[in-house]
Amino acid sequence: MWAPIMTEPVIAIRQLQGYYGESHVLHGVDLDVAAGEVITIIGRNGAGKTTTLRAIMGILENRQGSIRIQGRETIADPSERIARLGIGYVPEERGIYSSLDVMENLMLPPRLGPGGMSLDDIWQLFPNLLERRRSQGTRLSGGEQQMLAFARVLRTGANIFLLDEPTEGLAPVIVQQIGKAVEAMKAKGHTMILVEQNFRFAARLADRHYVMENGRVIDVIAKADVPSSLDKIKSYLGV
Amino acid sequence: MPIQALLGQLLVGLINGSFYAMMSIGLAIIFGLLGITNIAQGAFYMMGAFFSWLLLREAGIGYFYALVLSPLIVGLIGAAIERTLLRRVYKLPHEYGLLLTFGILTFTQGLFIYIFQTAGRPYPVPTELAGGFNLGFMFLPKYRAWVVIASLTTCFLVWYALEKTSLGRTLRAATENPTLTRAFGINVPALMTLGFGAGVALAGAAGVLAAPIYTVSPIMGADLIIVVFAIIVIGGMGSIMGAIVTSVSLGLLEGLAKVYYPQGSNMVVFVIMIAVLLLRPAGLFGREK
Ligand SMILES: Nc1ncnc2c1ncn2[C@@H]1O[C@H](COP(=O)(O)OP(=O)(O)O)[C@@H](O)[C@H]1O
Ligand SMILES: [Mg+2]
Repeated sequence: MWAPIMTEPVIAIRQLQGYYGESHVLHGVDLDVAAGEVITIIGRNGAGKTTTLRAIMGILENRQGSIRIQGRETIADPSERIARLGIGYVPEERGIYSSLDVMENLMLPPRLGPGGMSLDDIWQLFPNLLERRRSQGTRLSGGEQQMLAFARVLRTGANIFLLDEPTEGLAPVIVQQIGKAVEAMKAKGHTMILVEQNFRFAARLADRHYVMENGRVIDVIAKADVPSSLDKIKSYLGV
Repeated sequence: MPIQALLGQLLVGLINGSFYAMMSIGLAIIFGLLGITNIAQGAFYMMGAFFSWLLLREAGIGYFYALVLSPLIVGLIGAAIERTLLRRVYKLPHEYGLLLTFGILTFTQGLFIYIFQTAGRPYPVPTELAGGFNLGFMFLPKYRAWVVIASLTTCFLVWYALEKTSLGRTLRAATENPTLTRAFGINVPALMTLGFGAGVALAGAAGVLAAPIYTVSPIMGADLIIVVFAIIVIGGMGSIMGAIVTSVSLGLLEGLAKVYYPQGSNMVVFVIMIAVLLLRPAGLFGREK
């Protein structure tokens, strides 16, 4: 019998509820990312973008609903098991370790799959990091810490990436560097969720945009519809 | 002041300092990884000594085997305790961990007193390490020299493992930011079990080293641990090397005090502790928060 081959999304989120202690922050988030897709989550400050990524990673322990990653239900899994499915996470606060030097920060995450970047590739992408590889992690400038947080997950062979505002507060030159890296990752077929305030940056890279407000997804805009939706998007972002 | 007396007391101080160092780095590792002040550390020291005594008496297993086996058994007991008990209090306020380990201390001591009574039991110095060197100005028992070398080497190896190996890198990361470290796919809960097991195994090893010097008894850890906690306060919980340096210095200082001001020798560590608390509450090597 013939049946259409339905490839399940790499990440499928249904009715995700999330809580910080007593406060209910995510109210039924639905979101799908297909293999090789880049999607963004956009929305104002406090909309729940970061919390959604934390819920996917299992860092937000108090979560309900369903999060399937490569077909596997992870809603009750501990963080380390979720990461082992091949996810690289760049947190909003960067999470550079002060008790580790730059090289140690870079080498910390274990290999999650084949095809990670070599150190040489990483030095080529971020030459500053090579120069500063013996510095204490938190001695780096904000921009360098951001590069390090990004470089750190490129080595691991992850094929799904969750990037929380990777360009925030960076000089335009460095934003370009990061943009190139994201494009290269996309070309390699990696799947990505990008939380981004810089919509111009995001629009160029993403296949779809999920708009969040008050812990819900209120709109989904495909790349092709972006030009005709600019006013709507501006009002969503409050800019 | 005869030089012999001075050197003799400095040697005693150095030996005590080595024991302090073994105990305090174990505490520092445990505190760093688990956020728990392990009041029971003295009980694991006592167990280390007792297991080597039991191994010898019940199975004829000698000192050098006991030096490996006994800390291993202590470490496994520690790992089991971490899995079954400590794990339950990580999310609770700090005092719960303190109370729980205090309970483990009283229970363990009580159990050993119940089975073995409080009387001290001698443990023979291994024949390979019997005798001593006549240094001219003093007699240095081989076993005491061995204790200093063995414990300081162990401490240095622990420091090296933490600072220079990939396991150490991972442990430091798990200590600093366990949540994110897990999100990289690192099994931090397993590391915590390992860290507690290793931390108490160090106390167990100190116990084996101590057995031929002090007598083996269920309460042998009780006095030692009070001084070790004072040392931890002085050094600060932050750094392994800090714990080693503080331990040895204070051991030596106690030795000096025994020569120049014997009435105060038991107090000197605590006087310094009070001074440090007043002047630098995070400890000499601790980081101010
Ligand atoms: N650690 C926390 N504890 C309590 N509330 C939090 C915490 N982090 C975020 N929040 C709240 O959760 C909501 C969503 O925050 P967040 O996911 O960080 O938003 P975004 O990333 O979209 O700016 C906000 O109302 C914020 O105040
Ligand atoms: Mg955010």
